[in-house]
Amino acid sequence: MSTPKTIYDKIWESHIVDTNDDGTTILYIDRHLVHEVTSPQAFEGLKLSGRKVRRPEFTLATADHNVPTVDRDKGIADPDSKLQVETLEMNAKENNITYLPMTDKRQGIVHIVGPEQGFTQPGMTIVCGDSHTSTHGAFGALAWGIGTSEVEHTLATQTLVQTKAKNMCIKITGKVVEGVTGKDIVLAIIRKIGTAGGTGYVIEYTGEAIRNLSMEGRMTVCNMSIEAGARAGLISPDEKTFEYLRGRPLAPKGEVFEDAVNYWKSLATDEGAHYDSVVEVKADEIIPQITWGTSPEDVVSIDGFVPDPENEKNADKKKSIERALDYMGLEPNMPVNEIKIDKVFIGSCTNGRIEDLRAVSQIAKGRKVEKGVHAMIVPGSGLVKEQAEREGLDKIFIEAGFDWRDPGCSMCLAMNADKLQPQERCASTSNRNFEGRQGRGGRTHLMSPQMAAAAAIRGKLTDFRDL
Amino acid sequence: MEKFNKLSGHAIPLRITNVDTDMIIPKQFLKTIKRTGLGEFLFYELRYDQDGNKISSFALNQEHYKGASILIAGKNFGCGSSREHAPWSIADYGIKCIIAPSYADIFYNNCFKNGILPIILDEATVSRLQDTSDSILNFNIDLEKQNITFLENNEKKEISFEIDSAKKKCLLEGLDDIGLTLNKVASIGHFEEGQENEIPWLYGNKLK
Repeated sequence: MSTPKTIYDKIWESHIVDTNDDGTTILYIDRHLVHEVTSPQAFEGLKLSGRKVRRPEFTLATADHNVPTVDRDKGIADPDSKLQVETLEMNAKENNITYLPMTDKRQGIVHIVGPEQGFTQPGMTIVCGDSHTSTHGAFGALAWGIGTSEVEHTLATQTLVQTKAKNMCIKITGKVVEGVTGKDIVLAIIRKIGTAGGTGYVIEYTGEAIRNLSMEGRMTVCNMSIEAGARAGLISPDEKTFEYLRGRPLAPKGEVFEDAVNYWKSLATDEGAHYDSVVEVKADEIIPQITWGTSPEDVVSIDGFVPDPENEKNADKKKSIERALDYMGLEPNMPVNEIKIDKVFIGSCTNGRIEDLRAVSQIAKGRKVEKGVHAMIVPGSGLVKEQAEREGLDKIFIEAGFDWRDPGCSMCLAMNADKLQPQERCASTSNRNFEGRQGRGGRTHLMSPQMAAAAAIRGKLTDFRDL
Repeated sequence: MEKFNKLSGHAIPLRITNVDTDMIIPKQFLKTIKRTGLGEFLFYELRYDQDGNKISSFALNQEHYKGASILIAGKNFGCGSSREHAPWSIADYGIKCIIAPSYADIFYNNCFKNGILPIILDEATVSRLQDTSDSILNFNIDLEKQNITFLENNEKKEISFEIDSAKKKCLLEGLDDIGLTLNKVASIGHFEEGQENEIPWLYGNKLK
């Protein structure tokens, strides 16, 4: 018997092209997603050095960060954003890379488009110049975010020079209670291990609560691996994974699909495989989670309180709590479910999929967004938007007073026109609550789609189960 | 790529933990299609108020730190987004070395692609250096020897640091790593042939 291996070990070993003298590994990259923000300098670098894209057919490009989410037919108003999107389109064309333009209904956030098209498959290595590439790990792919220099390296060589990370297992034991989502699970994990807890590791999520999640829920969990410091997070594939992939445009077809399933099944972590670190979280102890501060580790349960820096013994931590409270405009010890909000953002690569929108519609149905609150819903892709409209969800949203928009990254990072004004407070389903992330001076509270929808209805943070 | 061998300069202490790349270079400056010219926007929202006036309490705006080439930062520096605009803006500003207790992975790797040396020292040492950096005119950083030397109260001090040998070589020689990988293009082709045999469905399928 060979040594039992983790899924990470298996994918790593099956992609080794060569080993360099310095011990680093040249790792083959099966798929590369490209967007407008982190790629122009990479294409420029290629051009300047007279190099070509090695495998244009393994590369898929779309614009997501800069695109407007209203009035699409008028184009992009901001000249810099417009130039960046046009540059991507030109680079894709010149290099024979498939590009999904804003007018294509398949356009959307790269991490939503990849899985939707079957571009993402188990066992693959997938990279993108975007830290939330970890999302694709939900399929049992090894997927991680890279910088622009590595985007150029991937374009030119279809490989990356890498050093193997350590294996971490995060096991979510037992079942979650009703209403607890993938978002709550991952926020609870980050609360426990911190934003640097996964640094140097690839996280594998295991346990009953993970198995019970839909593919959408698993994507939400893997998406935020980077917020726990890990470049990649993955889940061994199972029947749910295979069913999700069946019939997708780029998934294998017919008999080949069955061959693929057999191969995909062999990827799961072997019994007895070694992890360098194991973390256990009890699923039934998780209730809806929200962030109070300016780091994704500043997490508290919805029945909890804003922390008091006076209770913190570590001087650095005390200082960072004080800084966060000041930025967030919050008082120590106040119950978090009394925090009033001005805006709601539902969308992003974390929570912009159809299941998220269905969950929001359940809350929104027959209710109204609180007066004075602006609540936007931004589907993750044109196909998510189309599906939602087919199910009549758009009517529920509009009837309830939500602002139903076109797909893109939108106010997750506020690179387009969608942003918070200074001191505005937002209930957001995105992934980062950093200072200024959703607009300078803006205050972000991260939570699940259900919780964000409930915040829109009540005008304050609230346990949606109490509505 | 840019080389890094030795550096001599004074340092800016930045006493914030978990500095994220949004803080290093906010999103409004990511719309560029160039790598250059980002230094003036480094730490933009800490440096300038909402009307664009300099915030005098922030170190980068203080005369004392003008021309500094070293940043002494808090732990988990560079977390968040993978944007290489973060090291681009740092290098463009003139900072070629960062000293911190820890870094986020992607940022750490991005530094080496841009001639920036990210040194890791224990928290107590970093904290001490932050406290004393104002009175130290020159930190001498020697990557080959893996040490930092400086004069403190007329006494010569030396702190050594660890660094992965491959990463050290990459900075010392300023290698073109794409060129190096392309030297192994035969191995890449060989790998692809093998993979296509074994996992044929990965090949020849393109979105229409």
